[in-house]
Amino acid sequence: MKFGLRIGAAFAALASVGIAATFTRPPVISIQRGYRGLGEEVNYRPAAVATSRALNAVPAPEPKQDPAGQPAAKAYQNVKVLGAVDANEFLRVMAAVTDWVAPAQGCTYCHNTENLAYDTNYTKIVARRMLQMVQHINKDWSSHVGAVGVTCYTCHRGMPVPANIWFNVPAPAPAQVGGMAEANQGKNLVSKVAGYSALPYDPLTHFLEETNEIRVVPHQALAGSSNVSIKQTEWTYALMLHFANSLGVNCTYCHNSRALWDWNQSAPQKATAWYGIRMVRDLNNNFLDPLGKVFPPARLGPLGDSPKVSCATCHQGVYKPLYGASMVADYPELGANGQVDITANIGSVDDFKPAK
Amino acid sequence: MPTYQNIFTRVQMRGPIHTVPLPRGYSGRIGKGGFSHLLGRVGDAQIGPIYLGATGLASLICGFIAIEIIGLNMLASVGWSPIQFIRQLPWLALEPPRPEYGLHIPPLAQGGWWLMAGFFLTTAILLWWVRVYRRARALGLGTHTAWAFAAAIWLYLVLGLIRPVLMGSFAEAVPFGIFPHLDWTAAFSLRYGNLFYNPFHMLSIVFLYGSAVLFAMHGATVLATSRFGAEREVEQILDRGTAFERGALLWRWCMGFNATAESIHRWAWWFAVLCPLCGGIGILLTGTVVDNWYLWGVKHGFAPSYPAVLPHVTDPALNTGGMP
Repeated sequence: MKFGLRIGAAFAALASVGIAATFTRPPVISIQRGYRGLGEEVNYRPAAVATSRALNAVPAPEPKQDPAGQPAAKAYQNVKVLGAVDANEFLRVMAAVTDWVAPAQGCTYCHNTENLAYDTNYTKIVARRMLQMVQHINKDWSSHVGAVGVTCYTCHRGMPVPANIWFNVPAPAPAQVGGMAEANQGKNLVSKVAGYSALPYDPLTHFLEETNEIRVVPHQALAGSSNVSIKQTEWTYALMLHFANSLGVNCTYCHNSRALWDWNQSAPQKATAWYGIRMVRDLNNNFLDPLGKVFPPARLGPLGDSPKVSCATCHQGVYKPLYGASMVADYPELGANGQVDITANIGSVDDFKPAK
Repeated sequence: MPTYQNIFTRVQMRGPIHTVPLPRGYSGRIGKGGFSHLLGRVGDAQIGPIYLGATGLASLICGFIAIEIIGLNMLASVGWSPIQFIRQLPWLALEPPRPEYGLHIPPLAQGGWWLMAGFFLTTAILLWWVRVYRRARALGLGTHTAWAFAAAIWLYLVLGLIRPVLMGSFAEAVPFGIFPHLDWTAAFSLRYGNLFYNPFHMLSIVFLYGSAVLFAMHGATVLATSRFGAEREVEQILDRGTAFERGALLWRWCMGFNATAESIHRWAWWFAVLCPLCGGIGILLTGTVVDNWYLWGVKHGFAPSYPAVLPHVTDPALNTGGMP
């Protein structure tokens, strides 16, 4: 009896430690979204939501300014992308951008204190392109961002480098082993981006920089219409896990788990995500990758590529970035009908600098 | 009189090592045999001697080679770092070749090792099956154990060999790895439109869960009636004592029906055997005959449709003139 008790106590202790260390603390609230019995629900923990709400609080807008009556391009030198904005509003935007991106570093993070118009810092060149990107998103990607739109703050959150950027992942150790040993298969290592599974560890390059087919499920019952492999399915699966983790939701936020591929049984969010994929590809290829020439080597990834955006860059674990708060309403010059010159040449470092 | 009313075995038999003489033509046994108190808590306290024989030895060697191939390639995949090997072991795997190799033999680094590990592992398993069959025959037993094992081997062969060959690609097979084979399983269901609509998968689950329920019912009944001698259940097939009658009464009172001391073991055997047998058929039909099990369920009228609650959504890829 004593032996049995001791063994029992040891198991009980082990189980309690396991439960305390790994289980989600109750209460967990489950909200039904689809028809009953289909598991179409959202689960959340009030305590976690409170923390997340605080982290996603929106900064107060800069006070409104009376118009100066002349555009920034007239009032200041070397204004390339915001030249059409009223000069006073231009200063207001500059103050806001500083707050959003470099509150600790201040104006000098981008500007030369000798003359703010000088283009001596790469950060200023990047900032111009980023302003164009914000405008492009708000104007051309309303299919994804809706009327809520984005600002610098959506990604930056008070940090010069947003927390959730990504780079192309170099092939790990096996590249060094070589020889007859199994070559790198792009998977079977810890894949943080795919929820710590053993799925492909770099689905972002494959799908959000390169354009590869995401759909893997054939739309007819009997065999013969598709030769998609299970390996290819694992790539799609890894990407989907990135979505779920980035948005803090489960599969059924968009999908009906009985037929994940079927649009007719999906939530409208699935279409929003579809546009999101195309948007992120567009941003990575047309805005971020080309900046590789502007960034200093320290800002580039291990393969020398530009920092890139994924779902997590904006969403940061929330189904709508900043819980759907629209900041762009306070800065209409960045919005869908804004005044950022998207086609302006952003110039390059030292184009405009102090005379020697 | 010892009692058995405990989840641990309370009685440990201790006496001379129990063994039987071997007929001519058999190789010798390994070890002299001994007793372990701790093992005696959960099983018989006597360990060994072990009869290995030619098939047992060959099986162990083949199994060792397979594990070595898998393990060393896993170690190579973390740059020969023993620390990373231990940290990441659940994630590591030996991956089957890519689809472009089809059924051709790929280079060692591109799935050749996987093929070789699969060959040796399969050989080891088949040799072990022969061993189980021959040991049963040598003891004058029926070969039920061997055929139950064969059911599991059937599922293993369908997953790793038969289905990939029918599909024309070794890439369809399962990687050798802990998490990777689970990821493969999930991806397999995703790719083929939800395996839960596969009727053989359904049957397999029935027999899996059914096995667990039957095992619990049978084990509980025997333990509960053992104070009346129910652990002598084989004798009670023909000579029902009070233990059997009481157990039978319990089930008749609870659910109106009971097994016999013989039939309960046939139920258990069939439930266990049918689990991998049905599962194997379900896997074999996937991709070779059926590409989307959900749609197959719709076609045959057993996948219900539900009222649309969420707003209708159309595939944006079909929208011409929309955004890219």
